[in-house]
Amino acid sequence: MPVYSEKVMEHFMNPRNVGEIENPDGVGEEGNPVCGDMMTFYIKVKDDRLEDVKFKTFGCGAAIAVSSIVSEMAKGKTLEEAMKITPRSVADELEGLPKNKFHCSNLGAQALHKAIEDYLSKKKAGGKEL
Amino acid sequence: MNKVYLDNTATTPILPEVREAMLPYLEEAFGNPSCLHEWGDTAREGMETARAQVAELIGTNPEEIIFTGSGTESNNFAIKGLAMAQQKKGKHVVVSAIEHFSVLHSAKTLEKWGFELSTVPVDKYGVVDPEDVRKAIRKDTVLVSVMHANNEVGTIQPIKEIARVTKEKGVVFHTDAVATAGVIPVDVKELGVDALSLAGNQFYGPKGVGALWVRKGVRIMPLLDGGVQEGGRRAGTENVPAIVGLGKAAELAKSKMTARIKYLTGLRDRLISELPAKIEHVVVTGHPQNRLPGHASFCVEFIEGEAMLMLLNSQGVAVTSGSACTSRALQASHVLIAMGLPHEIAQGSLLFGFGIDNKTEDIDYVLEVLPPIVDRLRQMSPLYSKFTKASKGG
Repeated sequence: MPVYSEKVMEHFMNPRNVGEIENPDGVGEEGNPVCGDMMTFYIKVKDDRLEDVKFKTFGCGAAIAVSSIVSEMAKGKTLEEAMKITPRSVADELEGLPKNKFHCSNLGAQALHKAIEDYLSKKKAGGKEL
Repeated sequence: MNKVYLDNTATTPILPEVREAMLPYLEEAFGNPSCLHEWGDTAREGMETARAQVAELIGTNPEEIIFTGSGTESNNFAIKGLAMAQQKKGKHVVVSAIEHFSVLHSAKTLEKWGFELSTVPVDKYGVVDPEDVRKAIRKDTVLVSVMHANNEVGTIQPIKEIARVTKEKGVVFHTDAVATAGVIPVDVKELGVDALSLAGNQFYGPKGVGALWVRKGVRIMPLLDGGVQEGGRRAGTENVPAIVGLGKAAELAKSKMTARIKYLTGLRDRLISELPAKIEHVVVTGHPQNRLPGHASFCVEFIEGEAMLMLLNSQGVAVTSGSACTSRALQASHVLIAMGLPHEIAQGSLLFGFGIDNKTEDIDYVLEVLPPIVDRLRQMSPLYSKFTKASKGG
């Protein structure tokens, strides 16, 4: 098995917030199956805070653990705070990721940011009363 | 918890008889086989017995066997050594697209050394067409290398037919028989090849030992310079205990081959027929019949191999995968891609390698634990939810 930290293993074996949100306020997708990992994040926003975060992930153990911890880190945060989550802070929160997994599997922060941007652009377009 | 080892393509365990044969050479028979005294004689005798046993396994003479440190070394030696020895004749080599990296990367090194490389494609089962080899051979071709069977998908290649082409064209033909030697009948005369690689840990021998057979009269440039061990073709004090173990494993493989093939084919065919019946959207990779006896390989759609491996490991099952995430290089299996499988399907690669210690209960256990694992990962997969939504929609 790859050398994963206990925290990665724990999140891989028991991932939090797996699933989709019905009528999400924002959706963000990152990665593709060619490189091996693909993540979709769904968010629900209330008063500028992430009220709910869910994800679906195709990928290796690291990718699943990354998605799980990002969802946990983001939940309850303001949008501004959530935009500050970075691949580095995700890896730190997971007590490290193997070097070769850092870039390809660590797409959770980007997918979350895309979901927030999706929400903001919808809001700007005025498509939805928030 | 059950412990089920189904990764015999990575390595087989060492048989007790093999370990027993090796032990004296780790103890009192420690001598250097190059030395001209009693200790040297004892080590040399052990080594020469092993050489005869390996030669017997592949139907050749002991003098034509060169011991190496692994299948990888044998392949490096063959590709680089056979090409370099003939570079005055030409600088073009031909390999198949699905070779092991020890062949492919050696061929790429030859490119850096000024050789040209042609790669022959495979069909959807991973089979090389001998006519494609014929088309690839040029006036300046000095070496063709096609593996006897592929380790990832189990497909056995038409080596005899390819050898007819290379013989007609007068080109040296090497086959990587690491997956087949000691597993299915391998007779160098019948195959018609000029050089052949094998490794001990594929048939219940030790790791860290292999052999290269080179037909008498075929020139090869040594990779390792030094003393005159192995007829001056591979310098360095031989790994006598491992070589003795390889010899013993070869002897046992020869005498038990028919029974082993029958047994392993039974296990393989059962998993190949029952796994796709238990799990939807599973593709069998490689040739359905013309494949290694203990080898069953699949792609499970919509999910990724490493995650499956980890969850199977948590249930005590050891298998392997050719997914990008499981490879250190993070690239999907070049074998599956060469066979035309899309990347997202290749990512779900799962490979079961049965060995003589496996029982039918091991298959029952896999069929019990794998479906919930697949289900769990599919529930998490955006590809699967896209697929189910699309099929509901239309």
